[in-house]
Amino acid sequence: MKTYQFKPYNVGRWLIWSLFAIVLICAPLIFTSNLSGTMLAQMGIAIIACLSYNILLGQGGMLSFGHAVYTGLGSFVAIHALNAVTAGTSHVPVSLLPLIGGFAGIGFAILLGYVTTKKSGTPFAMITLGVAELVFAMSLMFSEFFGGEAGISGNRVAGQTVWGITFGPQIQIYYLIAIYTFICVALMYAFTQTPLGRVLNAVRDNPERVEFIGYNTQRVRYFAFIIAGFFAGISGGLGALNFEIVTSEVVGAGRSGGYLLFTFLGGATFFFGPIIGGVLMVLAFVLLSELTKAWLLYLGLLFLFMVMYAPGGIASLIMMNLRVASFGKLKQVWVSYLGLFVTAFVALIGAGAMIEMVYHLQLNSALGNNLKFMGVVLNAKGVDSWVGSVFVMLTGLGLFEVARRQFLVEWGDIQIEIEKEIKRREAA
Amino acid sequence: MMSYALELKDLRKNFGKTEIIRGVNLAVNAGERIAIIGPNGAGKSTLFNLISGRFGPSSGQILLNGQRIENKAPYEINRLGLSRSFQITNIFPKLSVFENLRCAVLWSLGYKYTFLKFLSGLKDANDLAEKYMAMIRLDKKRDLLAMNLTYAEQRALEIGITIAGGSNVILLDEPTAGMSRSETSRFINLIKEVTVGKTLLTVEHDMGVVFGLADKIAVVVYGEVIAFDTPEAVRSNAKVQEAYLGSQLADEQAGGH
Repeated sequence: MKTYQFKPYNVGRWLIWSLFAIVLICAPLIFTSNLSGTMLAQMGIAIIACLSYNILLGQGGMLSFGHAVYTGLGSFVAIHALNAVTAGTSHVPVSLLPLIGGFAGIGFAILLGYVTTKKSGTPFAMITLGVAELVFAMSLMFSEFFGGEAGISGNRVAGQTVWGITFGPQIQIYYLIAIYTFICVALMYAFTQTPLGRVLNAVRDNPERVEFIGYNTQRVRYFAFIIAGFFAGISGGLGALNFEIVTSEVVGAGRSGGYLLFTFLGGATFFFGPIIGGVLMVLAFVLLSELTKAWLLYLGLLFLFMVMYAPGGIASLIMMNLRVASFGKLKQVWVSYLGLFVTAFVALIGAGAMIEMVYHLQLNSALGNNLKFMGVVLNAKGVDSWVGSVFVMLTGLGLFEVARRQFLVEWGDIQIEIEKEIKRREAA
Repeated sequence: MMSYALELKDLRKNFGKTEIIRGVNLAVNAGERIAIIGPNGAGKSTLFNLISGRFGPSSGQILLNGQRIENKAPYEINRLGLSRSFQITNIFPKLSVFENLRCAVLWSLGYKYTFLKFLSGLKDANDLAEKYMAMIRLDKKRDLLAMNLTYAEQRALEIGITIAGGSNVILLDEPTAGMSRSETSRFINLIKEVTVGKTLLTVEHDMGVVFGLADKIAVVVYGEVIAFDTPEAVRSNAKVQEAYLGSQLADEQAGGH
């Protein structure tokens, strides 16, 4: 009988975690501008939030529409705690305030999650939506706690400073966030390797059968929900320190939708998917929204295409290509990839030109009919511009379809070759 | 007095106004192998669903080792030492074979809902999962996702998950459904092997399997047990022949064994 072999020293794992730490440490040394500084801090926060959301979505099969309740309430409790420190009524070090956010997350998850996790599947999703609406409605009612329209603001330079760290400068708060990010990511990864984490996967796959191997599925969901609430609260607490202001928008449906959207885009089926999602979330919210007023539309379109063509998200695309690469077959498809990207880009330019013209007509028509799009002046009311855009888009789409079919054939062939190769290796 | 491993007392189940189980009485001694046979729609699977807690009965009692279980949830019944398999394969498709079995042993080893221990450090759980994997001959497929197994392998895994929790009373719902003849006979040997010393109840359609496997046969027709006896006695029971087997089939079976 084969016995289980425990590997005492996993080189690959050490390498990956060291690399992750190095990236966190070096990122602000490479991207030194003010903008990138705030973006990096937000990325850490978003990564924790998306990973905590994925405990529900990817690992537990729980589609929550209200995760911002736990990040948001964590933010509010943390900012109140910060103000208590400022007022001198509390002596918690500022660096530990995110933990208070985390405990608030636990508390609210215990309270609200008890109702939410009684059901799974569609009823679960409905209840999370209801709870989210409830909390958002309350945020407008109880202005003592939620601060009404203005929100609650604070000042993170408060209390005793340790080793001269005031958390005033952005770089100091970044490193605080980076430390929390590293520890939280490590803890959430560790969670996937525990009995509860594994049974949670089993509940995702087949809740009925789990009941027949001795586990109460409701309890499994509840515990996982509380753990997700903890990390969500930490993320919220970090957000409060980073922005020094918390408004009721942080518990809103838009924020919850954002976590869902970007966790999915990053890839819910792999642990590291939501890390990609978190990074993308900040890029989209900060950069894409600067670039174009229609950014939410582009985001929606991207989400739509991902759900339809790559339901595993970016992480699964990466893993699929790594598999192909590990069999040395990636070079067979790179021409097709190039074709796909170029044709998709052409189609996007055509579509983008029309979207921008519509937005221009709706929002900026007072500025005249002309707008600049990718270095070209378009006339939003001119026939030429519209015909040209349609032509570019259709050409792109047509060529994309040709490239896509070619790619699918090649991709299928490669998969068959890989299957054969695996069989050969097994036989050998 | 020693209690029965499993005892049903006047068990009834209605779905709306339709009576599906109409007063079943059955007493199974520890270590016995019982086959439950009966025509389609007789209520065999419903009976299993009642015993395992999937449905609650409308009236009557179910006793597991003398303890009443008819109002308990499936996981509570499982913790008391009763485990079941399903007619339609019911495994964890996106977990590997090994993970499927490891999940199935966790509760019985007392790990409950812990998230403060690493799975890789649970030597007893890992050893036990490996043991059952070897028992159901899937040790070569250790890291394959359950969804990528062949049908027969999935059926074996189904049995593996059922027995891995160490329950003493095992219910198998048509374990050989959809298998070829040669697969079936191999599978029956496997079932015999992995259920040594346990109380076994199995729903089965294949008569060859029934007479080869069972110490006793319970014949269920229209929600009632019309006979519960040794295979020989059941075969010669006129009521059974009339209601279920049909005289011709009975002759065939008698001649074939």
